[in-house]
Amino acid sequence: MKRKKDFSMSCPIPIADYPYVLLAHGGGGKLMHQMIDKMFKGVFVPMDTVNVHDSAVLQCSTGKIAFTTDSYVVHPLIFPGGDIGKLAVNGTVNDLAMSGAKPAYLSMACILEEGLPMETLWTIVQSIKKAADEACVRIVTGDTKVVDKGKGDGIFINTSGVGLIEHDQVIAPSSVRKGDVILINGDIARHGMAVMAVREGLSFESSIESDSAPLADLVLKLLNAGIEIHCLRDLTRGGLATTLNEITSAAKVGIQIDELAIPVREDVAAACEILGLDPLYVANEGRLAAFIPAKDQEKALFIMRKHPLGKDSCVIGHVINGGQPLVTMKSRIGAIRIVDMLSGEQLPRIC
Amino acid sequence: MKYLDEYRDPKLAQQLSAQIKKITTKPHVLMEVCGGQTHAIVKFGIDELLPKEIELVHGPGCPVCVTPLELIDKAVEIASLRDVIFCSFGDMLRVPGSKKDLFSVKAEGGDIRIVYSPLDALKIAQENPQKQVVFFAVGFETTAPGNAMAVYQAKQQKVRNFSILNSHVLVPPAMEAVLSSKNNRVQGFLAAGHVCTVMGYWEYGPIAKKYKVPIVVTGFEPLDILQGIYMCVKQLEEGRFEVENQYTRSVNRKGNAPAQKLIKDVFCVASRKWRGVGTIAKSGLQLQKAYKDFDAEKRFDVGKIKTEESPECISGLILQGVKKPHECSAFGTKCTPEKPLGATMVSSEGACAAYYRYRKVGP
Repeated sequence: MKRKKDFSMSCPIPIADYPYVLLAHGGGGKLMHQMIDKMFKGVFVPMDTVNVHDSAVLQCSTGKIAFTTDSYVVHPLIFPGGDIGKLAVNGTVNDLAMSGAKPAYLSMACILEEGLPMETLWTIVQSIKKAADEACVRIVTGDTKVVDKGKGDGIFINTSGVGLIEHDQVIAPSSVRKGDVILINGDIARHGMAVMAVREGLSFESSIESDSAPLADLVLKLLNAGIEIHCLRDLTRGGLATTLNEITSAAKVGIQIDELAIPVREDVAAACEILGLDPLYVANEGRLAAFIPAKDQEKALFIMRKHPLGKDSCVIGHVINGGQPLVTMKSRIGAIRIVDMLSGEQLPRIC
Repeated sequence: MKYLDEYRDPKLAQQLSAQIKKITTKPHVLMEVCGGQTHAIVKFGIDELLPKEIELVHGPGCPVCVTPLELIDKAVEIASLRDVIFCSFGDMLRVPGSKKDLFSVKAEGGDIRIVYSPLDALKIAQENPQKQVVFFAVGFETTAPGNAMAVYQAKQQKVRNFSILNSHVLVPPAMEAVLSSKNNRVQGFLAAGHVCTVMGYWEYGPIAKKYKVPIVVTGFEPLDILQGIYMCVKQLEEGRFEVENQYTRSVNRKGNAPAQKLIKDVFCVASRKWRGVGTIAKSGLQLQKAYKDFDAEKRFDVGKIKTEESPECISGLILQGVKKPHECSAFGTKCTPEKPLGATMVSSEGACAAYYRYRKVGP
């Protein structure tokens, strides 16, 4: 089998013997141990390398910790700008970061489908390692299972994460106040369109790459600079519109955004137009919305724009007074309309 | 984005809005025919820029909305069969049939695929010769050439496992149905720009003359729609009723001749049932005899399925512009995009869904 060029290290499982994951790789025997040892060895960083145990014992400073879990399913497994492994690390890291926590430890459970090419698994595992290193988190425990062919979609990954909270702010919808400004850290809708563009059946050429990235460092820089952060949310499934709707209904406040202020890259906007999708509802994997008091706006923007993941940070709207908990938007021609939550997935329109 | 941002310019929109206000001296009821226009009007808030004398009513030009309930039931029946791959444009999947929608069939194990072109469905048929591949061919004159091409190629290439479940409808007969209704309030039309890209606008002259209504072929961007409204109002104020073309960058009088020829070769005009409206004579397309083998209704023997609409749903009155979505007692309560009573709430182009999503309450 021809090896992909971007393999940084060669796959340690003798591919000539096992080019695909077998049921036996989850069977508890030698093959499973061989796969775990060789495939995942570099990824897990156990707390105690001498006494490898059923559970990891974590070292935490006394105080509050943040704890979260998320499962990752995506098709295709590898897409421009990332893969399911990178998503699984960054997604959970970002969920921790949204509480203002410093991500520290992750668990990683992989459900592999029989027949998954070993090279694909290796690519994903390498990507998990790289993403964990970049986000400065340690994967301390994990699990693998193998399911029959046809009962999975190549690989499903679950990660749980623990983060340390070293600040006293209450970062939550309940802290959102009238007059807060809403900042985002760059252009929206890239991840969803990157995946959509390469998904089976959609054949248009595109160079849109996912925005998948770990946001914890950016958040910690804001906290360390003394910015008062009322609420943070990463803009994942359902996009910016869904996130803002979740916050208005939890915080019982109105939100107004300005369509012209929301950055959408030109090729992303074009792909959305072609497919009849609204970028407001398209997924992101490296974008956050921050609700902060107006007094901190300029300082926060300055810090965010200095960060590599926040160069295009901007104000997209603000929290308004009274009325219903609704998200409204000033359209580009100056009219106000509601931005509602979708009832399901966005569906491509007929014409 | 080039070629789009120019047509969404806020300053020009305000200028057009001011010009419309300047020439409007009395009330006018205009209908935008196409669902895409309805969507843009509500999404961009175009109606908010109009003087109160001008009322926009939302026409029957949403293909998802006017596809009859029984056709959805037929689709559900076919898609549930083993060895069938059922291909559709995305927004047809959530349209409720009398018992379930296509998403539910998919959840129950049906092989249902969203495609962007009927030619993609044809490709799936070629790749899966052991399966029957059916394309849900709904739409107006805009999608007709693509569907005609798929059937034409299937015949040329002898792809025998391909067929279409056809529910093609035509715009001019629907406009006439609106105008000849005793409830009609419409005084002028914004005709559907993309339908006219294919068909031209030579068909509209007799309608404008017979019913004394101005018809302005209009595009889909905010400035297109505002300019279309301006041209329509100007005619009404001056007492003219002519066919004019606002969407000149895409439409000419004759339209796309090769596309029209293909439609004529593959389809012939037939009576069609419209959801909420009923049967309109000569308002749809059916496959020509030479292409009958590609008719999924015959191939799967679902022609006998007959279904009645929910009596509570007033989508028919909405599609004819007689009522507005929020005037329905079920709107937003019994009928929501999650649990739609009628198709105007399902499709993102449907007037009810557009009101629900962007407005929730009436203006």
